[in-house]
Amino acid sequence: MAKKRIKRQSSRKKRIKRQSMKKRKEMTLKKLRSFGGVLYNQLNKGEFPWIEMPSRSTSNILYDDRLKQYILGKKHVKRSSRNIRHIRPVTQLVWTASFAYTLNKQGKTSTLRDIFYSAQAFDVPFKNQQESDNIITDLETVLGFAREDFNIFPEERSQIFGDLTIEYTVPGYEGNSLNLTTHPDGLAIGPALTTSDFKSTKANKIIVIEKGAMFTRLIEEKAFKKFKAILIHTAGQPPRSTRRIIRRLNKELGLPVYIFCDGDPWGMAIAITIICGSANAAHLKELATPEAKWMGLYSSDIQKYKLPSTKLKVIDLKRLRDMRKDPRYIAKPWKTQITHFLQNKRKCELEAFSRYGLDYVVKKYLPEKLNRL
Amino acid sequence: MSTKTTRGKGKVSNNEEYREISPADFFYRNRDLAGFSNPTRSLYSAIRELLENSLDACELYKILPNIHIRLSLEGDTEDVKDSYTYRIRIMDNGSGIPSEHIPSSFGQILFGSKYRLRQVRGTFGLGGKMAILYGQITTNTPATIISSVGDGKSYEFLIRIDILKNKPEVLNKKVHKNKIAWHGTIVDFLLDGNYVRAMPRVLEYLRQTALVNPYADITFIDPSGRLYKFESVTSVMPEPPKETLPHPYGCDVELIRRIISASKCTDMLTFMSTHFHRVGKKTAQRFLTYAKIKKKMNPHKLNSSEIVHIVQMMKTYGDFLPPDASCLSPLGKDLLGAGIKKELNPEFIHVEQRKPSAYSGFPFIVEVGIAYGGDIPASSGIILYRFANKIPLIYDEASDISRKVINEGINWRYYKIAPNLPIAIISHICSTKVPYKTVGKEFIADRPEIEREIKAAIKTVARYMRIFLSRKNRIEHERKRIDLFAKYLPKVAKFSTELAGKKKTPDIEPLLRSIRRYGKKED
Repeated sequence: MAKKRIKRQSSRKKRIKRQSMKKRKEMTLKKLRSFGGVLYNQLNKGEFPWIEMPSRSTSNILYDDRLKQYILGKKHVKRSSRNIRHIRPVTQLVWTASFAYTLNKQGKTSTLRDIFYSAQAFDVPFKNQQESDNIITDLETVLGFAREDFNIFPEERSQIFGDLTIEYTVPGYEGNSLNLTTHPDGLAIGPALTTSDFKSTKANKIIVIEKGAMFTRLIEEKAFKKFKAILIHTAGQPPRSTRRIIRRLNKELGLPVYIFCDGDPWGMAIAITIICGSANAAHLKELATPEAKWMGLYSSDIQKYKLPSTKLKVIDLKRLRDMRKDPRYIAKPWKTQITHFLQNKRKCELEAFSRYGLDYVVKKYLPEKLNRL
Repeated sequence: MSTKTTRGKGKVSNNEEYREISPADFFYRNRDLAGFSNPTRSLYSAIRELLENSLDACELYKILPNIHIRLSLEGDTEDVKDSYTYRIRIMDNGSGIPSEHIPSSFGQILFGSKYRLRQVRGTFGLGGKMAILYGQITTNTPATIISSVGDGKSYEFLIRIDILKNKPEVLNKKVHKNKIAWHGTIVDFLLDGNYVRAMPRVLEYLRQTALVNPYADITFIDPSGRLYKFESVTSVMPEPPKETLPHPYGCDVELIRRIISASKCTDMLTFMSTHFHRVGKKTAQRFLTYAKIKKKMNPHKLNSSEIVHIVQMMKTYGDFLPPDASCLSPLGKDLLGAGIKKELNPEFIHVEQRKPSAYSGFPFIVEVGIAYGGDIPASSGIILYRFANKIPLIYDEASDISRKVINEGINWRYYKIAPNLPIAIISHICSTKVPYKTVGKEFIADRPEIEREIKAAIKTVARYMRIFLSRKNRIEHERKRIDLFAKYLPKVAKFSTELAGKKKTPDIEPLLRSIRRYGKKED
């Protein structure tokens, strides 16, 4: 019955999505063009071009209880080319926008590092990549679109595997479809995959895994079949394109998301980033997946399954104490687990399951855990 | 003779011959003292002494100096040697010397007889004679002197110095007609030296001399025929220095003894008020009361212990008026500034002259200039040009008082003066007696009175340098600002036009102009 509902949902969402992917691209181009128009008109009126955008200073990053994610507050900053300190960033921003426009128009993609080097060809050089990354974030803030919408991608390091058929939208592959179980190592979540449409799936859930070893284990043990799951490997903190894919799978296909990380404060941070987003990306709303669930490893699991563990270090304890003050960790599993960690003072990695045999995690832990959630 | 040694007993046979030596002989034996120690140094010293004499000869009579120096190689030049023979010829347009004084002026080493003080370049008044003496002992040839005081005749002497007798020996004398009323002196003689090695110091010396004498024309032709011309930039000359009597505070026993022997005074009161600087009847009376010396006493009858007593009293009596500096001849702000501009061509310059001051009874005036940019190279420290009585001091800078003040006495950060800026400081001290630390006229001793004045002067000019530098920074900053707009604004226009899909790029000239106008107002 549950399966049916998911299917129905997914087919409906698919239609909406297919429209939105195309529309989204058009919207991006329109937005970029009108951004150019605003500056152009200012210049024509004999004004020094200026830009206003929400401030990304720490004091303006607020946690929204309703959205369950970080957002930017009401404070705005004005960048005017009349100001000697702003003329360079404004120029860089306009250049980045026009470069992104060309990229999108030609259906090409670029990376953050690429942008840093490309700027030199136009004699608007950045001092370092940090500066160019920052300008790209400015552009995201001004336009309200993520850089992936401008075809600017980070380095790929995240993988996906599972019964999901996608259809490419990148030039040269338009209309080609592919099932993500094709390659046993999983497929890299890169620009082509991020921008493709989701056609069909038999999966009914998504399991997000922090570590590569566990990801491979679950593929080898056929966990994706057993649990009807799409597996995603984040390789530590998930890149933004991975977070977007997770959100899209959740929103467009209506699949529940379970996050499976190391049993330590850092694993919890990965889970919370997927669920609530990060302060760094507070200016973007479409990266977080508030419905996603943290599956483990809980501090209580370490005890319950008698997993081999190590002692928490001073830095781990400090992190846990900081987390107690963080509004994102107020809800149930977080709060109790933080307390548990602080009492038990042990941590444990995903690989620790191997202690009880290679299939222990698939046969024992995951079924029990999924049942309970 | 036996080689027995004595142990303080018995008669010591003394075979040493004691005899008087003439001043010429003394300097012949101790020529190192006057700077004639080796061929390189000697050539430099000869040029220097002769040039300084010529400048003095012009300046005392307010004649704008025009001096020609020619150095040429003589005789065999093929072999590589330590020293070669050169002919040096220096011609000035000074006052000239009356014919009867010419031989002794150049052929006899004399000590002053007047016991008066005057700010002059030379310290002993024997440098020129020393040069001729050196030429004579190295080449065994006589010197030719031609001089005229500007009347109808000029006189040519061929002289040799009799070292043992300290007497000039006139070998030949000619009288020429002088229809053009030329006045001045020509000195021409041979000497050994090494110009190749001396060249850097000679040229630096000439350049700095030109700096501190901006009213002088100096021409120098070196042995390879190269012409160096240092032209005057002004026809204004400082007031010539005046002779002055010694201040009692600066007298020693020997000086008093000499004054007494030359004096015609018969009582102490007249003696005191006649022979000393700033001592009149009243001061003389008070001093004699203080020193417990009878006014009527005949100075010629003073015994040596009484002379010592007088000198001690002069040092301790605190109520003498300080020495009067009106006898000094400083360059003044304008002239020193003109000289600095002429030789260093700086972007900015400021000159200060301190009020006169005195040390040990000798008046002195400190003048300090500061200059930025132009021909001044940027160096890790501040470049220092030192002058005393209008002559450059080139060597032993590290030991000089001005260098000490610059390096230790001043917090340059307060004046916004960082290392590696092209900054030069020019210090000039003039005095009736410049306190050189050694016999060579190379560096000034650390007298606290002089140090204080130099420090105050440097601080004053440094304040002006700070104002200049911050203004310069402001202008530089402003230029950079305008450049930044000029670079980026067209790009903003270009990219936004492209992005908006428009054809015509907006005109940004008015915007750039508005920046510039604003910029000018800030200047």
